[in-house]
Amino acid sequence: MPEKPKIGFYWCASCGGCEEAVVDFAEDILGVLQAVDIVFWPVAMDFKKKHVEAMPDKSIAATLLNGAIRTSEQEEMARLLRRKSQYLIAYGACAQLGGIPSLANEFPREQLLRYVYEEAPTVVNEAKTRPRTSSQNNGHTMTLPEFRNVVRALDQVVDVDFYIPGCPPTPKITKAAIGALLEGKLPPKGSVLAPDVALCEQCPRKANKPADLSFTRFQRPHQVVIDPNLCLLAQGIVCMGPATRAGCEAACPGGNMPCTGCFGPTSRVQDQGAKILSSLCANMAAKDDQEIRAVLAGIPDPVGTFYRYGLGKSLLRRKANLPVETAKDSP
Amino acid sequence: MSDPKWQPRIVAFFCNWCTYTAADLAGVSRLKYAPNVRIIRLMCSGRVDPQFILDALALGADGVLIGGCHLGDCHYAEGNYKTARRFQMLQRLLRDMGIEDQRVRLEWISASEGERVKTVINDMVEQVRALGPLGLPQHREDWDREMAHPAGPARQDEWAGQRAEPEAAHA
Amino acid sequence: MNTNPKNGAVRIGFYICHCGHNIAGMVDCAAVALHIAKLPGVAVSRDYKYMCSDPGQELIQQDIREHQLNRVVVASCSPLLHEHTFRKAVAAGGLNPFYFQMVNIREHDSWVHTDRAEATAKAKSLSHAAVCRVRFHRALETTRVPINPDVLVVGGGIAGIHAALTVANSGKKVFLVERDPSIGGHMAQFDKTFPTLDCAACILTPKMSAVRSHENITLWTYSEVVKVEGYVGNYKVTVRRKPRYVNEELCAGCLECITACVFKEGKFPDEFNVGLSKRKPVYIPFAQAVPPVVVIDPERCLQVRTGKCKKTCIEACADRHAIDFSQKEERVEVQVGNIIVATGFKLFDAKRIPQYGYGHFPNVVTAIELERLVNSSGPTAGEIVLRDGRQPKSVGVILCVGSRDLKTNRWCSRTCCMHSMKLAQLVREHTGADVTVFYMDIRAPGKGYEEFYDKSLKEGIQFVRGRVAEVTDWAMAPEEEGKLVIRVEDTLAGFVRRIPLDMIVLAAGMEPQADSQEVRRMFNMSCGTEGWFLEKHPKLAPVSTFTDGVFIAGCCQGPKDIPDSVAQAGAAAAEAMALVDKGYIEQEPNTAYIVEADCSGCKSCLPLCPYTAILFDDAKQKARINGALCKGCGTCVASCPSGSIRQNLFEDEEIFSEIEGVLAYV
Repeated sequence: MPEKPKIGFYWCASCGGCEEAVVDFAEDILGVLQAVDIVFWPVAMDFKKKHVEAMPDKSIAATLLNGAIRTSEQEEMARLLRRKSQYLIAYGACAQLGGIPSLANEFPREQLLRYVYEEAPTVVNEAKTRPRTSSQNNGHTMTLPEFRNVVRALDQVVDVDFYIPGCPPTPKITKAAIGALLEGKLPPKGSVLAPDVALCEQCPRKANKPADLSFTRFQRPHQVVIDPNLCLLAQGIVCMGPATRAGCEAACPGGNMPCTGCFGPTSRVQDQGAKILSSLCANMAAKDDQEIRAVLAGIPDPVGTFYRYGLGKSLLRRKANLPVETAKDSP
Repeated sequence: MSDPKWQPRIVAFFCNWCTYTAADLAGVSRLKYAPNVRIIRLMCSGRVDPQFILDALALGADGVLIGGCHLGDCHYAEGNYKTARRFQMLQRLLRDMGIEDQRVRLEWISASEGERVKTVINDMVEQVRALGPLGLPQHREDWDREMAHPAGPARQDEWAGQRAEPEAAHA
Repeated sequence: MNTNPKNGAVRIGFYICHCGHNIAGMVDCAAVALHIAKLPGVAVSRDYKYMCSDPGQELIQQDIREHQLNRVVVASCSPLLHEHTFRKAVAAGGLNPFYFQMVNIREHDSWVHTDRAEATAKAKSLSHAAVCRVRFHRALETTRVPINPDVLVVGGGIAGIHAALTVANSGKKVFLVERDPSIGGHMAQFDKTFPTLDCAACILTPKMSAVRSHENITLWTYSEVVKVEGYVGNYKVTVRRKPRYVNEELCAGCLECITACVFKEGKFPDEFNVGLSKRKPVYIPFAQAVPPVVVIDPERCLQVRTGKCKKTCIEACADRHAIDFSQKEERVEVQVGNIIVATGFKLFDAKRIPQYGYGHFPNVVTAIELERLVNSSGPTAGEIVLRDGRQPKSVGVILCVGSRDLKTNRWCSRTCCMHSMKLAQLVREHTGADVTVFYMDIRAPGKGYEEFYDKSLKEGIQFVRGRVAEVTDWAMAPEEEGKLVIRVEDTLAGFVRRIPLDMIVLAAGMEPQADSQEVRRMFNMSCGTEGWFLEKHPKLAPVSTFTDGVFIAGCCQGPKDIPDSVAQAGAAAAEAMALVDKGYIEQEPNTAYIVEADCSGCKSCLPLCPYTAILFDDAKQKARINGALCKGCGTCVASCPSGSIRQNLFEDEEIFSEIEGVLAYV
């Protein structure tokens, strides 16, 4: 009997949603479990890092790694799993693009740590204790991974074979990818395992989208009662659909909310945020500087809106003048 | 921290009908200006994809200059209005990403304004010189040092389909 | 001169031109060639003295054959000058001409920088970028756009008339549109023309008449172009035809209606006589007007303004019923392939130089006013008189009024020296008065012009070299009483003079028309810094503009005299006719296209194109671009949020590689 292919799952800087997505297969999960041999899955199984280290290189058929890379431990695990896996697949928006965690690249690490450990309204930490990479307690040395200055997508740390996009990837996309893997019908290395067209192709609201869209204002979803049948852009709501890969069958527009871009750009685009900016601005009606400014004020946070998932892999990647500080170790 | 021999490097996108022609006129008139600008020719400022600007900065440009026809005079009727709108939003984005206003500049220069090409370029070079190098490639190298080893083999080229070798050509 | 052994699919030939000393004087061409030779894909890298010359072009062709080149880069002057030349050379060498890229290291480098090292570094950097870019070039074919054979001429002055006749005589149909009620322009107002002292009307009216009777010319006077759509070979022009309230077909030009008008006398300033006489609301611009049809001024005619008038004009025209107050403004559309703009000039308003007293002293007149006085069909039947009817005994002519002046207009209006001398001669001939011309320089460059100047001197016309400071009526000596006094520094004599004169004539300069900005936008032209319509090249293309199919002729391009206006009109006509005869124009293949498989049908691009080249295919639910309508601006390419629209010659990867290239070399 031929050996079942070995599969691994790992999570880095993530919310757990991608793990949920796998579990969400519901009854289909049994079909997957029968076809593969899961050798590493910290959220659900008890395999340890040393088990992985003991495996021969490239013995894991595929590892689906989700989450962005933010700590030294995540870097180490990414490299380990890369060595041990034939295919390393970036699973979900964080691993593919940096995800929402990569919005942290707008801030210096110090500012984030200070907020989380000292300034946040619910924190009481008079001693201003911070996590340290190494500390002593009762004669034992305890270590923590280093919290990096920069949030990275998986392929900014190791070589990646495929990407399954989404926040999280839909069951359909995941099933299709795993199916392709098991059948050996994979596209060229580096491909994103989702259709290479924009979401509008799958969106039911496209049918009545006007052909003469011209923005006179931009609104945010909470500012207006959204018509569930009309194209969101036609209602002045920023929808990333035209700049985002299809594959989710317009799940968010189906839930009466705009697409926020989690599947990332098509293969023809280098910077998703720049492209949606270009398109929205080109389609504005205003011609006068002041008028333009007033209309664009309807988008108060361009980075958060246009790069919600993709700041880590955008052309700029990180705010330009931020330092890279070394960790503060305990004395 | 910056190299004393550093000179500002500015990439310019000039529209064929107005600004590029004005730059030619500046040449024909033998006006002299700073040598720090590299002009890339496009048919219209409306072709300037914000990706180009970001890519130039990411690859090491200290500044980007976009030149187009005056509003109302675009050779293709309205291309420059699109540029004007994109530029406003882009400038806000760049501010949030820590890049100073003076580094990315939009100027309307008509075909007969050779003198203006000279003054704009000289002015921008001095402003960028005062700001110092933007140095994004250098920053990237500095950031990557925090990783235990540098990021493995060549970073995934996100343009696997297009940026690699073009199709074999026939003579 | 370096060659590399065959290395990879792309084989680039790089050539850097010395352009004599123009480039080589500032850029180290050999060093650039050496640098480029080391780049991947470069098979040949040479520097040469004159790449655009025949041997230079043959060098490229030879290398294509011998080194199997499939890409060519030339670093030399501006592509706006020689891109076409080199593309043809590459094509002649057997390679598709669009595998070629040009680098501008002359207008953008050697001519504008002073440091050799910096200029050379810049040349290396720009060449590097071109070599990176050209790798992505693909074979492209030009498309042919058919040319509508009809031609539109805008402006019915001497230039417009000559252009229209030239084109019409070749058998092509012409629409001549003129804003005034008659063609003829400024020349119709002149008495005699220099240097021959031909009667202006005598040489102009036959041409005007020829326009009227020409079977190939449709003449629309009292009409204006209000909208221009389309592109070379296929312009759709909207003309607004103002109502004369007179039927052109029926009016016999008998002028009985004018005599019968309820206004017993002229009350309103006569435009043709520059306000020196008065006309009625119904009038004919001048006796030889073409068309010879009266026109009713809607702002002055009682019937049009109030509806209450005895309409004696209609009674006078009882036989022919030519007067028709029910006429309305009409908008007519015509389709033409080429447009010649010959909209002329306007005169400088001499009131802007108050120290010369125009509008203040009655006997200070402009040259055009004097022209009308001299003319036998003018307000004084050819009598040159002061405002009080006396004949002047002394006349002064001030040149450069509103020309060559930092405070008003910097340029030289080119005709004033000559027409002032002409007027001086005519005044002397008609009245025997002493005439003094106050000049800075005398410009008499044309054929017979120097001789004309000589004639002026021989006829006893005085010339004082100096810029007139002021014209005053404040007498400081008995001989100045009742006269106008010119105060001027006579620079040749070396002292300031006061010269008393009866009449002062101001040679007011030429200016662009008041609405030249709106007009040039309508035709998609540029203006120079001074406001004249911009020619494509001041020396080599004086009548073409940057918009294919739109030509300019006459004073709208810059001040000039009648011979030059006529010459330009002929040139513009010839260029238009060349396009029409060829039947097509080759479209630069820089059009945008949508890759069907990539398009999601998001419709974001549909409203972006000013040429409506982007359509939505309802069946396929995708957008499509009509390549014949696309003009290649690339705006939609930059906008497509999924990167599904591409542009020939300006593909994303071509531009990204250029960006990489200019930044690669430090």
